[in-house]
Amino acid sequence: MVTAPDNDISDIKVDSVGDFTFPERNKYDSGFGITEKTVDFIADVKNDPDWIREFRHKALKIFQSKPMPTHWATKDLENIKFDEFRYYLSDGQKPKRSWDDVPEDVKRTFDRLGIPEQERKFLAGVEAQYDSEAAYSNIKAAVEEQGVIFVNSTEGLHKHPEIFKKWFGKVIPTGDNKFSALNSAVFSGGSFIYVPPGVKVKHPLQAYFRINSEQFGQFERTLIIADEGAELMYMEGCTAPKFETATLHSAVVELVAMKGAKIQYVTVQNWSSNVFNLVTKRGIAHEDAEVRWIDCNIGSRLTMKYPGVIMKGKRARGEVISIALANSGQHQDTGAKMVHAADDTTSNVISKSISIGEGRSTYRGLVHIPKHLKGCKNNTECDALLINTNSRTDTYPAISVRGNQHSTQHEASVSQVSADQIFYLMQRGLSEAEAMSLSVNGFINDLVKEFPMEYSVELKRLIDLEMEGSVG
Amino acid sequence: MLRRQDTRPSAYPHSKPMSATLSPTPKHSPAPVSEVPDSPAPSGLEIVAPVRDETSAPGWFLARAEAAWDEFQKLPTPSIKDESWRYSNAKKIELSLHRPAATATEAQKQAALVASEGLKERTARFVFVNDELVESQTDALPAGVVCVNFAEALKSHGDVLKEHFMKREMTLGSAKFAALHLAHVKAGIVIVVPKNVAIEKPIEVFHWVVGDHAAIFPHTLIVSGDNAEVSVVDHYRSLEGEGGLSIAIADLVSGTGSRITYAACQELADDAQALHLSSIVAGRDSSVKSFQVQLGAEFSRSETVSDLVGQGARSDMLSVSMPIGNQVVDQRTLQNHKAPHATSDLLYKNALYGSSRSIFSGLITVDEGAHYTDAYQTCRNLVNSEDAEATSLPGLEINADQVKCSHGATSGPISDEELFYLKARGISDIDSRKLIVEGFLADVLTRFGNSEVLDTLVARIDEKLERAV
Repeated sequence: MVTAPDNDISDIKVDSVGDFTFPERNKYDSGFGITEKTVDFIADVKNDPDWIREFRHKALKIFQSKPMPTHWATKDLENIKFDEFRYYLSDGQKPKRSWDDVPEDVKRTFDRLGIPEQERKFLAGVEAQYDSEAAYSNIKAAVEEQGVIFVNSTEGLHKHPEIFKKWFGKVIPTGDNKFSALNSAVFSGGSFIYVPPGVKVKHPLQAYFRINSEQFGQFERTLIIADEGAELMYMEGCTAPKFETATLHSAVVELVAMKGAKIQYVTVQNWSSNVFNLVTKRGIAHEDAEVRWIDCNIGSRLTMKYPGVIMKGKRARGEVISIALANSGQHQDTGAKMVHAADDTTSNVISKSISIGEGRSTYRGLVHIPKHLKGCKNNTECDALLINTNSRTDTYPAISVRGNQHSTQHEASVSQVSADQIFYLMQRGLSEAEAMSLSVNGFINDLVKEFPMEYSVELKRLIDLEMEGSVG
Repeated sequence: MLRRQDTRPSAYPHSKPMSATLSPTPKHSPAPVSEVPDSPAPSGLEIVAPVRDETSAPGWFLARAEAAWDEFQKLPTPSIKDESWRYSNAKKIELSLHRPAATATEAQKQAALVASEGLKERTARFVFVNDELVESQTDALPAGVVCVNFAEALKSHGDVLKEHFMKREMTLGSAKFAALHLAHVKAGIVIVVPKNVAIEKPIEVFHWVVGDHAAIFPHTLIVSGDNAEVSVVDHYRSLEGEGGLSIAIADLVSGTGSRITYAACQELADDAQALHLSSIVAGRDSSVKSFQVQLGAEFSRSETVSDLVGQGARSDMLSVSMPIGNQVVDQRTLQNHKAPHATSDLLYKNALYGSSRSIFSGLITVDEGAHYTDAYQTCRNLVNSEDAEATSLPGLEINADQVKCSHGATSGPISDEELFYLKARGISDIDSRKLIVEGFLADVLTRFGNSEVLDTLVARIDEKLERAV
């Protein structure tokens, strides 16, 4: 952290100085498995205040007492061996890698995406990039003038406790599910953002580089607060496959949109296919506020992610736009949770999934409109596209409506790219693969448009890459 | 399992169990804390073993029934965390409160016969009161058709029962209740329609439950031969007495190219509880229409599994319900595509009033290899009051190629435009609403298609609508 030397040195992104071989850093290895000692270790290293230390310990107990949700979720969860993970690693433990160690297919992907050599190394976790860090800092400087706080969660906790403490763990309680409890016990990294009233942040804030410099932050914790009338777009993830040695990623993301505020949260998830990606994301929308989740899942072995919006104030709006692509060996179990808690609230869920090879994509949704509310509306659409004979897709929505002053509609369809369609395109000179790719891109085109420009371009390329070899 | 046998009272012959673990305090016991309740020893379906005459059935059946009783006691009551009971509660079927129905008096039987109003035209009619056959008219049946009551079938058509009776696992959550049914079952009908025989008019069966907290276990088994045709209507009704419970099961097995039409009309008393489990096996190019009409009972649950095992099979699954007051209607369905080129089409409609609730949970599964499947699932809820609650859980699991699948679920009130249109033509608010609800439900009735059944049902729905509005 050359450009921000005041950062907590014990935080995990020290790797960005570009040297991975500080032998003394070994002392920041929490070891395998998770116990009270692990939690104390992390709290010591991170110099946590007492209330956070207590919070972690409480969370650990909840984590240990909660069963795996396999009565509804996939049995693949049973393959997670919690004792075989390290819950906190400093950089000394990071395996030393060189460009030569990066797998061929990852390199090839970089080539195809046209990512510059220097950036490739950074994305692969081979080399830290001063330039990238600087770029990130530039954005940071611009928004800081407007009074926006954009720091990592540890810094937020130490420097802005009055805001942090008020909302931390309030949107997603520790006991929400087993993995939110795990995250609460061992979290490190992640962003803390506060946008003051009326401030509309022009640049999308990106965690693009931050996440990369924090590759071992598998339990990041993000808290974003948009004060009255503020607007913000936040993007996380990167569009290139990461060289990721870890196998469990369990983040918690909490969004708070105060009266009239707007938050858009964009994720492009492209973990390598050995990662369990079990993420809890939820936002609260107060009066007239809007929370939008724009979510794209391409990577990971198993993703379980159901971004949610609690519409707490009148006329609040929640939206989830989701694209999932499951290739062989992958299960994208994604969806949305819409909890209506005030009159005249509206929610919209649009989900499109593509299953290729033996991939499996699942939509799981919840829409809850409780008693004595008026004028709530929900629209849910989920469409699935199956590419190959062994591709698999499931849809499990739950819609609960009380009272006669609401309206909900849910529609789902499953289809294939029709032979006619492919024939038509091939007749015009496209190869079968090109025709298929065009059809698939057409299927998700209206959603891809929702992503910021640079993301949508790369998203299309990524989908092309994933599609390769699936036809013919 | 044998090791545990001695710890459990034997079901045959009937004996009172003593084990404390098998005698939970009945939910409605006045003194739940007391070890020694002042009422007689704890009873109810949970612990009262079925009584069965050893000579009434073949050995294999007695053995199955006994095994089912063991299984029933072994299986835990499904918890609300159980996915197949999500939003519902298995404790709403109060086993401890109910006992197997006692034999009805002559007067009650006569009253039931008089009240058995149903179809105007039919081929055959059976009336059961408390699981006892009191009337059967079978004269008009074509030659060769087997249509006998269950008790008789046990003696005369054991082979048919052995082949088809409860052969499918109950996968939608009620395995425990199905085991209880098997342990107790003695009434209902067994129909076997031979090859190329078509029975034009429906066969109608009434099941009456009489007396306080009486429980009945009616069974319907329909087997259609190749290219045969048959339609059957089951009515479940209460005559008198508090509570009442019906745990009914229907097994429908359709042969190649045959057609089965089946309707289960549940109109039990408002304080009764009803469970209806249907298992459909649709053979090659056959068509099975099943229809659930849930009008009575404080808690009614239906589970319908349709296995499409033959190529080109078709299964239509229909349901209407109109819960009022505190009624809860709980519907679980599975469209299980095992063969290619098959079609299933589900349409469930609920019109809700008062503080009633409906839960629809449906799943379409398309097995590997079941290519060219067409499967549709639609649940529509018309919510007519502020306190009514409609929950829909439509699901899809697709493992095959070249599949056309869709599901839709909607919940909402009557639209203002529709109401305005009718009112503008001088129709009162109440009448307009009634018309719209009638039209909403009639859509399903029309799909069912059978005009005799249709007229009867429309009348019953109108009656209930009068109460609802």
